[in-house]
Amino acid sequence: MIRVDAVLVALAVASALGVVAAQHQSRKLFSELEREQSRAHGLDVEWGQLQLEQSTWAAHARVEKLARERLGMRPPAPGQVLVVEPQP
Amino acid sequence: MKNKRSVTFNHNPLLKRDLPVWRPRFVLLALLAGSVTLGGRAVYLQGVNNDFLQAKGESRYARVLEVPATRGRITDRNGDMLAVSTPVRSVWAIPSDAKLPPAEARELARLLDMNVSELNDKLASTRDFVYLKRQLSPEVVQRITELKLPGIHHQQEYRRYYPGGEVTAHMLGFTDVEDKGQEGIELAFEQQLAGRPGSRRVIKDRRGQIVEDVESIRPPRDGQDVALALDGKIQYLAWAALREAMQTHQAKAGAVVVLDARTGEVLALANAPNYNPNNRANLTGAQLRNRVFTDAFEPGSVMKPFIAALALERGKVTPSTVIDTSAGRMTIGTATISDAHRSGPLTVTQIIQKSSNIGTVKMAMQFSPAEMWQLFDQLGFGSPLNLGFPGEASGRLRPAKSWRPIEQATMSYGHGISVSLIQMAHAYLVFARDGDLLPLSITRLETPPSSGVRVFSPQTARELRNMLELAAGPGGTASRAMVAGYRVAGKTGTAHKLEGGRYAKKYISSFVGFAPASSPRLVVAVMIDEPSAGQYYGGAVSAPVFARIVEGSLRALGVAPDIALTPLQVARKPGEASAVVAPVQESM
Repeated sequence: MIRVDAVLVALAVASALGVVAAQHQSRKLFSELEREQSRAHGLDVEWGQLQLEQSTWAAHARVEKLARERLGMRPPAPGQVLVVEPQP
Repeated sequence: MKNKRSVTFNHNPLLKRDLPVWRPRFVLLALLAGSVTLGGRAVYLQGVNNDFLQAKGESRYARVLEVPATRGRITDRNGDMLAVSTPVRSVWAIPSDAKLPPAEARELARLLDMNVSELNDKLASTRDFVYLKRQLSPEVVQRITELKLPGIHHQQEYRRYYPGGEVTAHMLGFTDVEDKGQEGIELAFEQQLAGRPGSRRVIKDRRGQIVEDVESIRPPRDGQDVALALDGKIQYLAWAALREAMQTHQAKAGAVVVLDARTGEVLALANAPNYNPNNRANLTGAQLRNRVFTDAFEPGSVMKPFIAALALERGKVTPSTVIDTSAGRMTIGTATISDAHRSGPLTVTQIIQKSSNIGTVKMAMQFSPAEMWQLFDQLGFGSPLNLGFPGEASGRLRPAKSWRPIEQATMSYGHGISVSLIQMAHAYLVFARDGDLLPLSITRLETPPSSGVRVFSPQTARELRNMLELAAGPGGTASRAMVAGYRVAGKTGTAHKLEGGRYAKKYISSFVGFAPASSPRLVVAVMIDEPSAGQYYGGAVSAPVFARIVEGSLRALGVAPDIALTPLQVARKPGEASAVVAPVQESM
């Protein structure tokens, strides 16, 4: 009788400790998830800023200015363009 | 132990007194009542009214957090970014907490780029919450937090950036300091673009770290992205061409709109004067005005082709019918109508090509006012396009019953009726297409409508295309609309401006046309308000703007030239030196 009691007590204690451990684990994982989520948000923001930067560098006004002034480019005269039409 | 005691408590002679029976009972009852009260109270607190206490307990560890949502991005038809929201920070203060020594106040003012006195005024406020400065870059705020000033706090906000700046200003509009749409697309698509911040309840530990997510009260909903029909390259070309014309002709204002003739999409929209949406200090109303949509003007001669088309459609004339305009003037009632250039008898084609008022009036007077009104109504004049743009003008088209004959006559050449530039460009779709009118779209269409409302027969539309091509050709009023390599078609308009009910010596020069004439891809409408550098005819002021936009746009779209040109340089065959051939045709 005593032995059964002892086993039950041991089981109860073990399960109680298990609950504590699981709770701790879940909190740890949760705060990790939190961190990753805020990192994802940060990266999203950075992506937006990089897109912004890209469109600023690639603005048509800027590209045209550089092409004309620094590279000495100009649009081809109509006679210099050969249009290749796909075969129907 | 039990019965070894010699004198038990009850047998104590000192206590051996006769107590009245009610006393112990009374005490017993009192104790019982006390325990029932306690029990009842416990049940009440724990079972019946436990919400209040639970809420109190929760407030010790649970927090409700706001989850920010971002505003949707705006892209052009190729996915290039036109407007992006990015986080910035606002610095605010609790004035009663912020007692700053002068040195620190100076340092803070320097970082905030403010006067010290201005800062002190704000901190002297009696309110509980004062914004010191909004929309600061994260770096500046980082340095302010390093000062560790009492009562100075900051929070995250969003600011909208427009990488296109001036080029796309009027199309996109802008948002206010709360990131809400105020103008243009930002206002028209506010519902779709705006994000809805969510909130959630969490459990925080002693160090303020979130340890458990209790519930999501409301999930955040990020704004949806909007893909416009706008083509970045064409928009840039339109903006640059308009800016150049504004400078050359010293004009007061100007507007350009480019439509895709196949789908009815708005490919470009530019206005002048302009502004930079990223820096909106010292804005004036004139700069903000989106003239393409909000300004209705008397279009002048660009109206004539519709009258000619109606006459053809009803079989009143053919393109080669001769109408006598040799008098050069014509009297209706008490008013006289005259042509700018006198010429002899003209065919219908020549009337459009030379832009004869008298010829047009003679055609128009064969119709009843109701017939003409119905045409204008079908073309969309007099009612707004309902694209959702703020302040869209409907133009003025009076009911046919109130037209006097002279008014009907002047309306045929575009006076006494007012339209917005986008309405005019829209109406020209009937010529650029085979007589049907598509609804316009500001956003990119995945499946464009194949046909719209039929206004003219394909036959009439084709005949008008020929006439308009001649008008934009060597003998027409708009020979400067010509583009090397492509056939173009279009009509000029030069209208007197109404000032205080009278026509003043100020002009609106316009040009509406399409290209390539063989199979139209683009409809371009140009309007220049009060050119003051000498020239004011639509053919001299607005047609060159059209030519510049069309030439660049068709090339950008990869449309094959429809005028045969011998290539200057042909592809090299292997083992052969590059063959250089001189260009055969050089139009313009």
